[in-house]
Amino acid sequence: MVQVSRHDIVIVGGGGAGLRAAIAAAEANPDLSVALVSKVYPMRSHTVSAEGGAAAIARDDDNLELHGFDTVKGSDFLGDQDVIEYFVENAPRELALLENWGCPWSRNDDGTVATRAFGGMSTKRTWYATDKVGFHMLHSLFQQSMRYDNIVRYDEYFVSKLLVEDGACQGVAALEIRTGEFHAILGRSVILATGGAGKIFPFTTNGTIKTGDGMALAYRAGVPLKDMEFVQYHPTGLPGTGILITEAARGEGGFLRNNKDERFLVEYDYGVGDKAELGPRDMVSRAIIQEFEAGRGFENRYGNYCAVDLRHLGEDHIDSKLPFVRELAKTYMGVDPVHEYIPIRPVVHYMMGGVDTDINAATDLPGLFAAGEVACGSLNGANRLGSNSLTECLVFGAAAARSALDFAQGASEGDQARLVAQVEEEAARVDALRGNGKGNEQISALRTEMNSAMELGCGVYRNQDTMQVAADETRNIRQRVGDLHLKDTSKVFNTELISALELENMVELAEVLALGAAHRKESRGAHTCRDYPTRDDQNFLYHTLAHRTEDGPRLGRKEVKLGHWEPQERKY
Amino acid sequence: MAESNRHMRVEILRFDPDKDEVPKSQEYEIPVEEDWKVLDAINYIKDEVDPSVSHRWSCRMAVCGSCGMMVNGEPKLTCKTSLADYEGSIKIEPLANFPIVRDLVVDMDGFMDKFRKVKPWIVRAKERAEDMENLNEKGTYSQSPAELATFKQFSMCINCLLCYAACPVIANEPDFIGPAAIALGHRYNLDSRDEGDRGRNEIFRGEGTAFSCSFANECSEVCPKNVDPAAAVNQAKLGAVVDWAKGLILPREGA
Repeated sequence: MVQVSRHDIVIVGGGGAGLRAAIAAAEANPDLSVALVSKVYPMRSHTVSAEGGAAAIARDDDNLELHGFDTVKGSDFLGDQDVIEYFVENAPRELALLENWGCPWSRNDDGTVATRAFGGMSTKRTWYATDKVGFHMLHSLFQQSMRYDNIVRYDEYFVSKLLVEDGACQGVAALEIRTGEFHAILGRSVILATGGAGKIFPFTTNGTIKTGDGMALAYRAGVPLKDMEFVQYHPTGLPGTGILITEAARGEGGFLRNNKDERFLVEYDYGVGDKAELGPRDMVSRAIIQEFEAGRGFENRYGNYCAVDLRHLGEDHIDSKLPFVRELAKTYMGVDPVHEYIPIRPVVHYMMGGVDTDINAATDLPGLFAAGEVACGSLNGANRLGSNSLTECLVFGAAAARSALDFAQGASEGDQARLVAQVEEEAARVDALRGNGKGNEQISALRTEMNSAMELGCGVYRNQDTMQVAADETRNIRQRVGDLHLKDTSKVFNTELISALELENMVELAEVLALGAAHRKESRGAHTCRDYPTRDDQNFLYHTLAHRTEDGPRLGRKEVKLGHWEPQERKY
Repeated sequence: MAESNRHMRVEILRFDPDKDEVPKSQEYEIPVEEDWKVLDAINYIKDEVDPSVSHRWSCRMAVCGSCGMMVNGEPKLTCKTSLADYEGSIKIEPLANFPIVRDLVVDMDGFMDKFRKVKPWIVRAKERAEDMENLNEKGTYSQSPAELATFKQFSMCINCLLCYAACPVIANEPDFIGPAAIALGHRYNLDSRDEGDRGRNEIFRGEGTAFSCSFANECSEVCPKNVDPAAAVNQAKLGAVVDWAKGLILPREGA
């Protein structure tokens, strides 16, 4: 039996962007009802794992023009410049608000908020709370959100379908994980804030919940995905687990070293002197792969690796600025960075692409908005600068709330009977999947197959033929995902069923990603194609759009919004 | 991954309220790798042996707080606990002192209510718009590194609930507000930006709160983040008493 509840705004996802949107909506009007629906308790959201910091101008030697240009250049000129200008303007206020709400930002002696250096940022503009910034931001936001009685949380509800009637998004179908029952959670507008999709790859910093659910929900509802071929490899993940070693390790003065103990980045010319290690992530990741290929990588059971060297910083500096790095290196690698190198290799970290949104966080579907990693408002273009994404969650989470409120004011309640009928249909589909012993595909095996295809075809360096193979394989995998074999028939907290729904989402995205990559015959930002090693503004200065059809993605183009920063060669 | 020669017997407490009257134990014999955490063993069982095993996990880097369980009778964050620390066999159960939803998943709604009760947010006497004289030109409050240091440790709680599973008071008095909630309330009392301590101290003086604590210190011993909730509980008691005594002498103000 489908249970029905009605709200003004329905937010899917309880991480940085979802919580910021919820607070903004709840604050705007105490009479509005805001639903916050998440497949995990909000404080488990993956924002929690972000480490290094959040960017916004704060110092006297900094200004909006500098932050804007750094971001445009970091994006390899694929960022939309109106969005970037809006972002840098609103960033300082958003981080200050978080301070007012209790975030324990690290401080200068004079009581102002401290900032640190980050890759591709021309001055110190990354606000930090030691090296657990995502954790502190998420908990500050979540705790702040608890004061609002008009935020109604649906913790551990899995949204499996957007409800579209009369051409507008009017709610979601959500599976209550604890009971196995479906709910129709209806609203006048819906905001997606479900984060990225790193788990389509085998080796990633992302937690297991990062399965691209919101991207797949929008894609199935007819909203195009944008620029999915741009995948950020973070240069420094622990071999084996993929656990992130923050870029702040380099920002605080750490070196990268090869097996000859050389500070090899000096040779790559991404920055001079102290800044040699402060290149943007796409470039530093490529440099590490080049070291491997030249035989200058170390080797262990997980393959090649290079090293982060913090020893010269000393124990006090490491403990005061990078305590989590030390904890992670000891616990998961068995090394103490005070005395030893930390083994690292490039690791899938962030999706630049996502649900196509505009400067107001609005999608093409009336009533549907998106913010944070799930969205592609084209702030990040072809390569995101480290520490822009936490701020992005806040700036565009707040923007999405404002847009959703505006939309909700003019929207009618919709036809409840038809909306509930949609949920009943979805419930029947999911009921049939639960414990379905007739299928032939094992969830973990198909997931591994998808992971391998993506790693081979869509790595740091890509080849035309292997990208095409990945596109073909992911298409095949997508066709087989309808034949999953499930064993768990229980309605109570059935995580096998959730894994199946997540896999359905991931295979859709994997296909879009691989196909988009195969079609972009140039190298730009994080998309580096060996067959086409240079950027080609003549033919490829556009966003890739992917529309869903029954036969697979249909690719199209969208114009890049240029502005007063002219495309130029990207040198550091 | 390299082939492993080492095998281990993993015992998991199973319970599905739709089918079982009481929880029962199930054993699995699995190959294990030398660098695995306890969580890796559970995930192996879930993926390759028995997909009906239910557990929570996400970040596998000891910060999301999802994967707390009892390992050989002790509350542990399973993603942070090495399998190599255990010989031959291992017994995994859901966190003690919580109702079981299914298998290794516990009902944490009670904690969420307790958490909200301590008002875990910055309370100011005035709304932000009227508070501008206390903000600098960047819109932030001034806070010295020393002021930050007074509460920082208590802000490190990841809500993993190991302290509740270890707490001997909760075991007998389920309504006890508990170590993590008190530590988080106390964290705001200590924050130089907060003006809500009067209200929280009243909560701390109420039934089932700080004064129920017998100071057994188990909470601090099991905390994977060195938050030291026992110290927070003790400090919160003191703060609540001092505030109460002040209230006897001085007229009450605001919140």
